[in-house]
Amino acid sequence: MKIDARGQTAKRLNAAIAASHDKVVEVEGVVGQRYLGTALVDKILKIDGIPGNALGAYLDGAEIELFGNAQEATGDTMNAGEIVIHGNAGDATGYAMRGGKIFVEGDVGYRCGIHMKAYRDAHPAIVIGGRAGSFLGEYQAGGTIVVLGGEDESRTVGYFCGTGMHGGEIWLRAAQPPSTLPPQVRADKVDTLPEHIEELIEQWCEKFEKEPNIYTGSKFLRLTPDTANPYKRLYTAN
Amino acid sequence: MLKEGQYRNPSGCAVSAVIDRSGKPMSGRRMIDSIAVMHERSNGLGGGFAGYGIYPDHKEFYAFHLFFDDRAARKTTEEYILRHFEIAYSSEIQTRKLPTVTDEPIIWRYFLAPLPRKLADSHLDEREYVARCVNRINSGIDGAYVFSSGKNMGVFKGVGYPEDIGEFYRLDEYEGYCWTCHGRYPTNTPGWWGGAHPFGLLDFTIVHNGEISSYDANRRYIEMFGYKCTLRTDTEVITYIMDYLVRKRGLTLREAAKVIAPSFWTTIETKSEEEQREERFLRRAFPSLLITGPFSIIVGYDGGIMALNDRLKLRSAVCAEKGDLAFVASEESAIRRIEPDLDRVWAPAGGEAVVFELYGKEAAR
Repeated sequence: MKIDARGQTAKRLNAAIAASHDKVVEVEGVVGQRYLGTALVDKILKIDGIPGNALGAYLDGAEIELFGNAQEATGDTMNAGEIVIHGNAGDATGYAMRGGKIFVEGDVGYRCGIHMKAYRDAHPAIVIGGRAGSFLGEYQAGGTIVVLGGEDESRTVGYFCGTGMHGGEIWLRAAQPPSTLPPQVRADKVDTLPEHIEELIEQWCEKFEKEPNIYTGSKFLRLTPDTANPYKRLYTAN
Repeated sequence: MLKEGQYRNPSGCAVSAVIDRSGKPMSGRRMIDSIAVMHERSNGLGGGFAGYGIYPDHKEFYAFHLFFDDRAARKTTEEYILRHFEIAYSSEIQTRKLPTVTDEPIIWRYFLAPLPRKLADSHLDEREYVARCVNRINSGIDGAYVFSSGKNMGVFKGVGYPEDIGEFYRLDEYEGYCWTCHGRYPTNTPGWWGGAHPFGLLDFTIVHNGEISSYDANRRYIEMFGYKCTLRTDTEVITYIMDYLVRKRGLTLREAAKVIAPSFWTTIETKSEEEQREERFLRRAFPSLLITGPFSIIVGYDGGIMALNDRLKLRSAVCAEKGDLAFVASEESAIRRIEPDLDRVWAPAGGEAVVFELYGKEAAR
């Protein structure tokens, strides 16, 4: 099924998507409609254009493929499913994500993966092909973020990466740790990637038709909360 | 009813701007279409536009736009104006009546030239003379408010959704090389026309999305230099800070940006020696003008625009270029609506000023 989004409100678009009996729904001419695919469970949504904020918020199993750039808060609190972005994504991509995967071909803005978390068998993952803005993984509590850094490995992330991070892992394709890493986060150089990271990179390469060897053979850093230097007594002496 | 100044308004909001760097005029229709995409960022309690290059036939005169509560306020104000200016032309601003835009004040436009003898006697620079007169009307005459006071530019604003305010002022009938606009989302509003954005002083205008937490520190400092923050909104104080730093202290816009949204000390340490020296100096010279809290602003001025985010980038802003055209908006979709095929799109970092100017403007300085 194909839907023309021109002149349509987000509410009507989401109703039309939900009412479709086809598994695959294509939406074209999207300009700024928010909350597309909210809490969608079992469809494949292909979007052409520039959707508004909170694309795929509360997503619960569906697949969204966007041909264009995403704005802010893509996959806000998503639970399961997959979002693939052929372009860049804005600030707070994967905001408070609880499960599922987000693949971004290009760059992400500030605060990607802020407050993402894992629970039992729900392990969210974000793979970024380009560069991540400042405050990557801010207050991260769980899940996995991988930043490939595009062509230029020296500028993988902005400032204040991992501020307030207390769980999960961030993988940076970089030889040197970011200059402003907080003392509560440790960076370990890794020569051989574990299977679950290699798998994520291979999936990203498959979606954007890239050669995995370019990435998997590079130097990576693994960022995790430093259990030897916890946040204890950071704010009060109690 | 409580007006702005008796009530403090935190706000959400949408901003958008376009400039044709070759100076070619375009209709205000384009900005109306752009801001309408971000309808959900406003709540119908304020919208406004600033157009540059819109009065080419009167470009040597200061164009004052005024709100009056009643005819008595207009009479008092006109007596004041006549004591300080020659009125080249004046008329009521033509509007289109809309069911969505109500309770409008009396709205007039005056093209003014300062009285030469009065100006000479004041021993003031001409622009300072005009700015003081604006201040006098706004703080001294009850029921009158100057909301636009630059040359060859104009602010149009009111209570309503921005796209409706654009129709109300018939902006499709104006042509300018640059437009900025704003949709307002105040959470506790008394809903007064003067409280809408853009805020302007002379040719400087500001549209602002955010809520600054350093308001009182900034206000106390700026009021030492004769500014009166009568409206108690964030945007008014930002307007005065920019006016003070750029017009009075002679900083460039980029330097002013480093004062209001400086890098963190830890970030400055990672920069080159020359950058460190400049940024340290600006932070130390104007510590009270650092603005904290979330904001994205677009500054409009004669010949250009500047976009700036707070240093933590707690609000969104996207820039784009297409040939001579340059764009800034809260959301990329607002740009794509009026120019689907762009040469370049990017999101500037927090505290990174982006300036777009008419070609040759830089050389003219």
